[in-house]
Amino acid sequence: MTKKESGFSKGIDWSLVWLYLLLVAIGITAIYAVTSEDESLVAGFFSFRTDYSKQFYFFILAGFLGIFILVTDSKFFPATANLWYAVGIFFLLLVFPFHSRIKGTESIIKLGGFNFQPADFCKVCVCLALSKYLSLPDLDFSKTRSHLIAAAIALIPAVLSIMQSETGLALVYFSFFVVMYREGLPATILIVGFFIAALVVATLLVDKNILAIILLGITALVIYLMWRQIKRDRALLIGIIFISVLCIGIQRFVVPFAFQHVFKPYQVERIFSTIGKDVPDDYMKPEDRIKLALEGKKKKDADYNVKQSKIAIGSGSILGKGLLKGTQTRNKFVPEQRTDFIFCTIGESFGFVGTSLLLAIYLILLFRIVTVAERQRSVFSRCYGYGVASVFFFHIVINICMTVGLAPVIGIPLPFISYGGTSLLTFTIMLFVLIRLDADRQMVLR
Amino acid sequence: MPVFNQSRSYIIRLLFVFVFIIILAQLFRLQVLSNEYEIKAEQNALLKKTVYPARGIVYDRKNRPLVKNTLMYDLMVTPSEARGVDTGYLCQLLGIDTAEFNKRIVDAIVKNGGNRNQATPFEELLTPEKYARLDENMWRFGNGFFLQERPVRTYPFDAGASFLGYIGEVDSAIIARSNGFYEPGDYVGRTGLENTYERVLMGERGLQVLVKDNRGRVKGSYAKGQMDEPAVAGRGLRTFVDAELQQLAEKLLKNKIGAIVAIDPKTGGILAMASGPVYTPNDLTGANFKKTYSKFVLDVSRPLLNRAIKGQYPPGSTYKPIGALIALDEGVITPQTGIGCAGAYYGCNKTVKCTEHWQGHSKDLKTSIAWSCNSFFSMAYRATVDNPRIGNVKDGYAKWKEYVNAFGYGHQLGIDLPSEDKGNVSDTAFYNKRYNNYWNSCTNVSLGIGQGELTVTPLQIANVMATIANDGYYYIPHFVKSIDDDKADDTLLNKFRVKHKVPVHISDTIYNIVKEGMHEVTTIGTAATIPKIPGIDICAKTGTAENKIVLDGRVIQLKDHSVFGCFAPMQDPKIAVAVIVENGGFGATWAGPMAYLMVEKYLTDSLRADRKVEADRISNANLMPAHLPRVQFKEDSVRARFYFNLTKDSAYIKKYLHKSGILPTDTLPSKQKIVLKNMDMIDPKKQIVLNKKNTFTK
Repeated sequence: MTKKESGFSKGIDWSLVWLYLLLVAIGITAIYAVTSEDESLVAGFFSFRTDYSKQFYFFILAGFLGIFILVTDSKFFPATANLWYAVGIFFLLLVFPFHSRIKGTESIIKLGGFNFQPADFCKVCVCLALSKYLSLPDLDFSKTRSHLIAAAIALIPAVLSIMQSETGLALVYFSFFVVMYREGLPATILIVGFFIAALVVATLLVDKNILAIILLGITALVIYLMWRQIKRDRALLIGIIFISVLCIGIQRFVVPFAFQHVFKPYQVERIFSTIGKDVPDDYMKPEDRIKLALEGKKKKDADYNVKQSKIAIGSGSILGKGLLKGTQTRNKFVPEQRTDFIFCTIGESFGFVGTSLLLAIYLILLFRIVTVAERQRSVFSRCYGYGVASVFFFHIVINICMTVGLAPVIGIPLPFISYGGTSLLTFTIMLFVLIRLDADRQMVLR
Repeated sequence: MPVFNQSRSYIIRLLFVFVFIIILAQLFRLQVLSNEYEIKAEQNALLKKTVYPARGIVYDRKNRPLVKNTLMYDLMVTPSEARGVDTGYLCQLLGIDTAEFNKRIVDAIVKNGGNRNQATPFEELLTPEKYARLDENMWRFGNGFFLQERPVRTYPFDAGASFLGYIGEVDSAIIARSNGFYEPGDYVGRTGLENTYERVLMGERGLQVLVKDNRGRVKGSYAKGQMDEPAVAGRGLRTFVDAELQQLAEKLLKNKIGAIVAIDPKTGGILAMASGPVYTPNDLTGANFKKTYSKFVLDVSRPLLNRAIKGQYPPGSTYKPIGALIALDEGVITPQTGIGCAGAYYGCNKTVKCTEHWQGHSKDLKTSIAWSCNSFFSMAYRATVDNPRIGNVKDGYAKWKEYVNAFGYGHQLGIDLPSEDKGNVSDTAFYNKRYNNYWNSCTNVSLGIGQGELTVTPLQIANVMATIANDGYYYIPHFVKSIDDDKADDTLLNKFRVKHKVPVHISDTIYNIVKEGMHEVTTIGTAATIPKIPGIDICAKTGTAENKIVLDGRVIQLKDHSVFGCFAPMQDPKIAVAVIVENGGFGATWAGPMAYLMVEKYLTDSLRADRKVEADRISNANLMPAHLPRVQFKEDSVRARFYFNLTKDSAYIKKYLHKSGILPTDTLPSKQKIVLKNMDMIDPKKQIVLNKKNTFTK
C-alpha cells in the first residue's frame, strides 16, 4: 500500500483480498471436481446450469457486493449497526410464519428463486451490533450486567435458530464469546463454561454411576487438599459441596433432560455416533426411538456420512488421487459433498499435502484478521474484526472436524469453499466490511 | 478500554493454532498413517471383474473344430451386498420363490466357506430369454448381482464325448488342491482331454477394474484401463481325430455296450475312440449337464465309463498273434511248426477245446492264425514258458510276462486321457500264492489263447494291432498332434514322440508270415465271411468271449462278447482298429464288420453305397443285454428303499411297491451297502450279491 493510492482502494489490506480470492478459487475448483460431467469447461462455466458455474456467478455477485461495501463510507457501519440487528431479528421472526418446506429445516424463506436463510445472514448483524455495544464510550465491561447484555445480543438469534431446527447455526453464535473474552470478559466465566462443557462430554462418554463416583472422589480430594482453608472458613465447605451436588445433578438429570427435550432425536443419534456409542435409554424418549425406527433410519445410517467422508479423505493418502480422479467423491459416495462435505473432495484429490495446505491458508487468514483487528484504533473495528475471526474459526473447525469424525455432523458450511450462494455472500460481506473498516483504521468510529 | 487485554490476543491465536494442530493430527492419522481407508475406498468404488479367457479349441486332423466356444451368461451374487434388493422382482424374473432365493444365497456363502464377499454364481448359464429379461433390469439389483459372461463349449460334430470330456465349475476340493490357482466360478476340465490339457486350454484369466457409484452402477473403467489385465485365450489342440470317422464309430455303437478304438500305427495318433452306450457331448453342456449327468450316473449300463480305456476284457483270440511272435522270438516254434488238432488240445490234464475239427487247420503257423487254432497256441504258450533254454517254468513265465508287458499289456499305456486302466497280467508271485508254489505251464495254459487272468483294454488291443503293423514298435497312443503356439519348454507331448520297441528279434520274412496269417483270417479264416473292401488287404484277428452273470440267484449264460482287432492296408498300415461289442456274439458277427467300416471310411474317405446300408443296419441293431432292465430295476428299488429309510417318505418306493408288493431287499453297490448295514435296514442273509463274471474261449 502506498500513500499515492486514492479512491476506494486507499488503505485496503490487499493480503486479505488475495486470500479471499484464493479460497473462492479453491472452492470453485473443488465444486468443479465433484459435480463436473463430460461437458466442456468453458461452456460449463458460463452456462449457469452446473453447480460450479452457479458458484462462479455467486462469486461475481459477491465481488460486486464487496466493491459496493468498499465504496461505502466506513461510518455507515457503526451508525447502522443496531438497525441491522433489528432487521436481522425481524427476518428471523418472519421465518416462523413464512418458512418454506425444505428438507429438515424451518429456517428458510423463499424469495423468488433464491433461498434466504436469516439465521445465516444474522451473523453479520450480531457481529455489528455486538461491536457497537462493546464500543459504547460509557460501557464498563467489567460489570456482570454488561456481560449479560452482550451475551443476550449474541444469543437471542441463537435461541431463535434452535427454534427453527438450526442447532448448527445456533452454535455459531457462541463463537462471539471469543470477542467478549478479548474485550475483558473474565476468564473464569469461560473456564466455568469450559468445565461445564467437559462435564457434559464426560457424561456422554462415561457410565453415569462411575462418573458420579469419580465426581465424589474429586470432591473428597478437594476437601482434603483444602482442609486448612476450610477449617478457617466453613462457607468454603458448603460451596464445594454445593458445586459437587450441582455437577452430579447436571450429570444425572440435566444432560439427559436436555437430550430428551432440546435436541431432535436424529441429532442425539448423531452426537452418540460421533463418540461411537448407541443412544442410552434415558437420553431419548421411547416414542422418539419408535419414531426413528419407523422412519426407517437404521442406526448405522447415522454415521454413514462420516464413515464415507473419512474413507474419501483417508484414501487420498499423502499426495491425493488428483483432480477429477477421486473415486469416492466423483461417484457420490459422500452425501452433501458439494456443500457441507466439500472438504472430502480436497482430501481425496490432493491428499494430506492438500488438506494441510488448506489448513495453513485458513490459519494465515485467521491470523491476518486478528492482526488487522489489533491494529484498529477504534474499538468498534477491533471487536468487529474479532467477531469475523471467531465466526470463521468456528465454521472452519466444526466443518472440518465433522468430516474427519472429530465432531458430530452439524450442517454448517466451510467458509468460501462450500457450494451455496447465501453462505458465500454472508462471508464476503463479513470480510469486506472488515476490509472497509480497516482501510479507515486511523479514524475513530463510534 | 482495558489495554491489558491485549495479551488475550495471543491466547486467542494460540487457541487457533492448538485446534488446527488437533485437526492436522487427525488428518495425518487418516491420510498418512492408516491405509484402512484406501482399502475401504477400493471396496466402495472399484469393481474387480474377472475376464474369462476363451477356452482353447480342439481341432480334428483336418483342422475342423471338435469343440469350440459360445457365449452364455451366469448371474453372479455377492452375498454381502445382496441385501436390500428387490428380491421379489428378481425371483419373478428367474421364476423362483423366496425360499429358493434364500437357499441359493446360503449355498453361495457355504460354497465359499462362509466368505460373504466372494462373488458366486447364483444361476448359471441363463437361457437367452432369462438373460434378456435380466440384462434390462440389472440396475435394480445393485452391487450384489451382476451378469458374467461365460464361454460355453459347443460341439459342431456332436461327437467325441468319451475323450473330449466335459468342463464343470471348480469345487472347493479342486480350489484347495490348486494352491489358489483356481477361484470359485472358474470352470475346469473334469475329464477327458479337457482335463489332461487343462493348463493349455484354460488360458489366462484377465482382470477388468471398473468404477461404480454409490448405487453400484458401473461408471466405466478405472484409471483408463491401466490396471486391467487382458485375458489370454486358451491355446488350441490339433488332434489326430477324424471327425467323420468318430461320428461313424459312435453311430455304429448306438444301442450297444462296447468300444471302438482306431489308431494311426505310424504315429500312435488316435483317429477315433468311442464307447457304448454312446452319448453326445452336448448332453453334458450348459444347462443340460445337471439333468443328464445324474441320469447317466444311475444308469446301470454306465454310459460315463469310457470303455475304450477303462473297459477290461480278456483279449481272447486277438492275443494269438502276440503269442506266435513271442514263441518265434524264443525259438520254440518256427513258421513251419504244426500240430494235429481234432477239436481240442490234450497236452494237459484238462482239455482246451478248439472250434475247428478238420485236419490241416493247424498245419503251420500261418494257417493256425487264420483259423485261430486253440491247440496250436496252447502248445506255443507252453513251449515258451517251458523253454528248455530257461529251464524253469517260473522264470519262463516271467520271461513271457516281460514280452506281454512290452506289447503294452498289464500297464497303463500313458494315453493323454485321465484314469486309463492298466488291465491285468498276473505275475509269478500271484500264481505262487494261488497254487502254493506248485504250478506248471498247464496251470495257466488258457493264457495262451488270451483267457484266464489276462485282461486288456480295447485301447491296448488297438495298440497291439498297431505294433504288429509296425513290425514291432509303437508310439504311445495319443490324441494331440500339436499344441498351438507350442513353446520349447512344453513337455506335455514329449512322451508321445518316443518309439517303444518290442523285444522281438525275428526276420521280416518271419514277421510277414504272422501278418499273412492275419491276412488269411480275412480271406479264408474266421473273418472271411465279412465282405472284402476292394483293393485293401486287411490283417485281422477275431476274438470271442463267453460271459455269464448271476442274477436273482441264477447263473445266466449271456451271449459272447464280440472282439475284433485289425490293421490295414497290409503293405503299408495306416490304421489299426480294435472293436469290442459286449454280448455281440462271434467276433466276425458285429465287431468285425464294424472294424471293416472304420477301415473303409478312413482309407477311402467314404463308404460305398451298400456299406452305408450296412452301417445303418448295424447302427439300428439293439444289442443292449436283455438282463439290464432287471438289474436297473433292482438297483433303483434298493436305492429307493435307502432313501425311504432315510426320509420316511413313501413317495420314493411307491413305484416299486406297486410292482412287487414287497420292499426290495437286494443290496446296493458296496459303499451304500455299508450304510445300509449300519443302519440295520436289510437282512444280510437275504442279500444276493450281484456279480458279473466273464469266461472266455476262442
